[in-house]
Amino acid sequence: MKIQKRGLLLEWIVSKYNYWIYIFLMMIGFYAMIGKKNLVKKVIGMNIFQTSIILYFISIGSKKGATIPVMEHGHGGTIQAIQYINPIPHVLMLTAIVVMVSTFGVAMALIIMIYRKYRTIEEDEILKLRK
Amino acid sequence: MTTSPYPILIIVVPLMTSFLIPLVGWWRKNFCYPLMIAALSISTFSSVAILRVVIEQGTLHYYLGNWDPPWGIEYVFDHLNAFVAVIVSVVSLLIGIASKSMVEKGFSQKAPYFYCLFLLQVTGLLGIVVTGDAFNLYVFLEIASLAGYTLIAIGEDGAPFASFNYMLYGTVGACFYLLGVGYLYIVTGSLNMADLARLLPSLYHSKVVLIAFAFFIVGVAIKMALFPLHVWLPDAYTYAPSAVSSLVAPLTTKVGAYVAIRIMYTIFAPSFIKEVVPAATILSWVAASAILFGCILALAQTDLKRMLAYVLIAEVGYIALGIGLANKNALTGAILHIQNDALMMGSLFLVAGVLASKKAFRKIYQFKNIHKKMPITMAIFVVSALSVIGIPPTCGFFSKWYLLLGAIDEHQWFFVVVLLASSLIHAILFFRVIEIVYFSPSEEPKQDAGAVVKGIDEAPLSALIPMILLALGILLLGVLSGKIISVIIQFAIPKSF
Amino acid sequence: MHLINPEVLSVIAPFEDVIIRTACRLLIPFIQLYGLYVIAHGAESPGGGFQGGVILGASFILLSLAYDVDEVRKRVSEKRNLIFCSVGLFIYSGIGAVCLALGGNYLNYSRLHHLLPVDPVYARALGIFGIEVGVGITVMAVMISIFFDLASKHEDPEEGTSLGMDR
Repeated sequence: MKIQKRGLLLEWIVSKYNYWIYIFLMMIGFYAMIGKKNLVKKVIGMNIFQTSIILYFISIGSKKGATIPVMEHGHGGTIQAIQYINPIPHVLMLTAIVVMVSTFGVAMALIIMIYRKYRTIEEDEILKLRK
Repeated sequence: MTTSPYPILIIVVPLMTSFLIPLVGWWRKNFCYPLMIAALSISTFSSVAILRVVIEQGTLHYYLGNWDPPWGIEYVFDHLNAFVAVIVSVVSLLIGIASKSMVEKGFSQKAPYFYCLFLLQVTGLLGIVVTGDAFNLYVFLEIASLAGYTLIAIGEDGAPFASFNYMLYGTVGACFYLLGVGYLYIVTGSLNMADLARLLPSLYHSKVVLIAFAFFIVGVAIKMALFPLHVWLPDAYTYAPSAVSSLVAPLTTKVGAYVAIRIMYTIFAPSFIKEVVPAATILSWVAASAILFGCILALAQTDLKRMLAYVLIAEVGYIALGIGLANKNALTGAILHIQNDALMMGSLFLVAGVLASKKAFRKIYQFKNIHKKMPITMAIFVVSALSVIGIPPTCGFFSKWYLLLGAIDEHQWFFVVVLLASSLIHAILFFRVIEIVYFSPSEEPKQDAGAVVKGIDEAPLSALIPMILLALGILLLGVLSGKIISVIIQFAIPKSF
Repeated sequence: MHLINPEVLSVIAPFEDVIIRTACRLLIPFIQLYGLYVIAHGAESPGGGFQGGVILGASFILLSLAYDVDEVRKRVSEKRNLIFCSVGLFIYSGIGAVCLALGGNYLNYSRLHHLLPVDPVYARALGIFGIEVGVGITVMAVMISIFFDLASKHEDPEEGTSLGMDR
């Protein structure tokens, strides 16, 4: 009975490894956003947070033994969808990557503005200077 | 499927004009402002035209690229949608007209870039309201948010840092929304809202759908600034420049509330939030604490804009309470409050902006006897304050009335007490300001009648006219509330109520 | 932690290297050609507007890493960047608006067969290609702009002063 339960638990961890990885990465990014004092490290954490979500979406589109969703020329007849991986998550994640890069650009511009004003980019020193 | 171009003109005209404005600004700077007003007017006209068609014919669908949903993206206009789109476009047009004086005073060199970002923000907000596809909503949400972060950072005295904090919060909120969309996509294979509404009811007991709902609600609560997740709002709206805070304050949180209504009542049916998970109950309790928290903290502020920011948190609490109570009267009150709050907060933040930019007054105790210099502005402030408190015939009274009826229908007497107590606290709040303005003992020597007229130093006309229109709107729409409910809002509520 | 003043750094250790400059001069045209290839072949292999635009932008970033950033900035000025950005967006929205004007819905490329001598189905493929070109141009301009704003050494004399207006 115990061996059965351990087998189920192991299967549950191994078969859903993409979920574990994305949650692990997301929590690392989230910790960096909250716990680090340097503003650039916070932005890096935000990047890791968004990248983990992108990885997760890509992982749910994959199928066993399937190839990239590009049809070759001269391919007549019916297409079996099971031979091609799902392209919709990839398309959605293209947009999400664009959003990630734009947010990163805005974040860096804000950090430059903050640096010019306070001459430091540590959050605790900025809060002290603002008091 | 409709073929009229209005559904797409709402979005495309501000988007294309926003990138035209910097180019025009290099050529002739004076053309930027009329161009922006023209784009916002076309948007407003299109949204009003669509509202008329929706009232006559019912829901409108517009397929982008002629692809049928669920394969393509569609723009759906039902009564709720069209109503909120009209509110957003009219308020942004009025604020756009009023922004001229504040922009010229503060940063006239960078004015074309400001107008470009302003139009991008309006595009994003209108796109959130108009779209019928869950992922397209995420795209527009990020457009609006990024434009918002940039606009708020233009202010001074701590604005970049406040905008940085807002950006961290806002990104987490949008990513949670994206995760919710992804989870729903895994189980249903569709991104279209109507299609999800059709496919989800058989899946309500699956864990994936429950987690998706949790992600949605937390993400939207961050964007809406609902009580525990409101932390970004006071700093961001206080330090933003006047033209920006009068645009984002009335609109961003209301559009967030609209998204909450869409998620809880269109994508997930009302039976989900009432029976499967007790989400409606939790939301109503959170909203009640938001109302109390916002009111009480607003009492402690000395800066006018910061006080208004906390009042805004309380107003969002009202709308969330209406969504959470989940019966006919409460939802009517919530949707009516979206309209009323946009008008009230628009005029209040415009008044605060005019006072700040013209007189550099931020603290309330500096406003002594300012009604002698700016009588019309302070009269508008009084009208908006009466509406926030909830005194008839201003529009604020009617939405609170419906919220009260909704709370009584559910026999939730605690919420009735919260609603009435918050009105009282709002009264204390605004009467304190009115007393300082109107009833301070005069310190100047008495002047003769001729000199008094010269002493009037009113707000510039471009800021005065939108404020007057907003105040008139507060009064008129209050009287017409019954008509609005019977013609528009009644059909926006799900049929099962 | 205070950042090192970049102006001091450029005086102490100015960066010039013949090998890197020559290699970059040889590589950059091929990188740009590859970027254009990726934009054009978005429908048939992994690629598309955004990917090609990033590659094109990366070629300019490589140029400014090999040479001085301010030198490259003189050639690709901020004004020209913004024009590129707007042109890309106008190509995108413009194709959609042309489809709207020709009677279909927005972005309904099959209507383009009234303008181009192809049948409606092939017009859809050409429409998508046009859109990708617009996206690629905009993405290239934005990548260059982000890098220049972060990496340029001098402080823009207009900025640096507070842009606030309430006081």
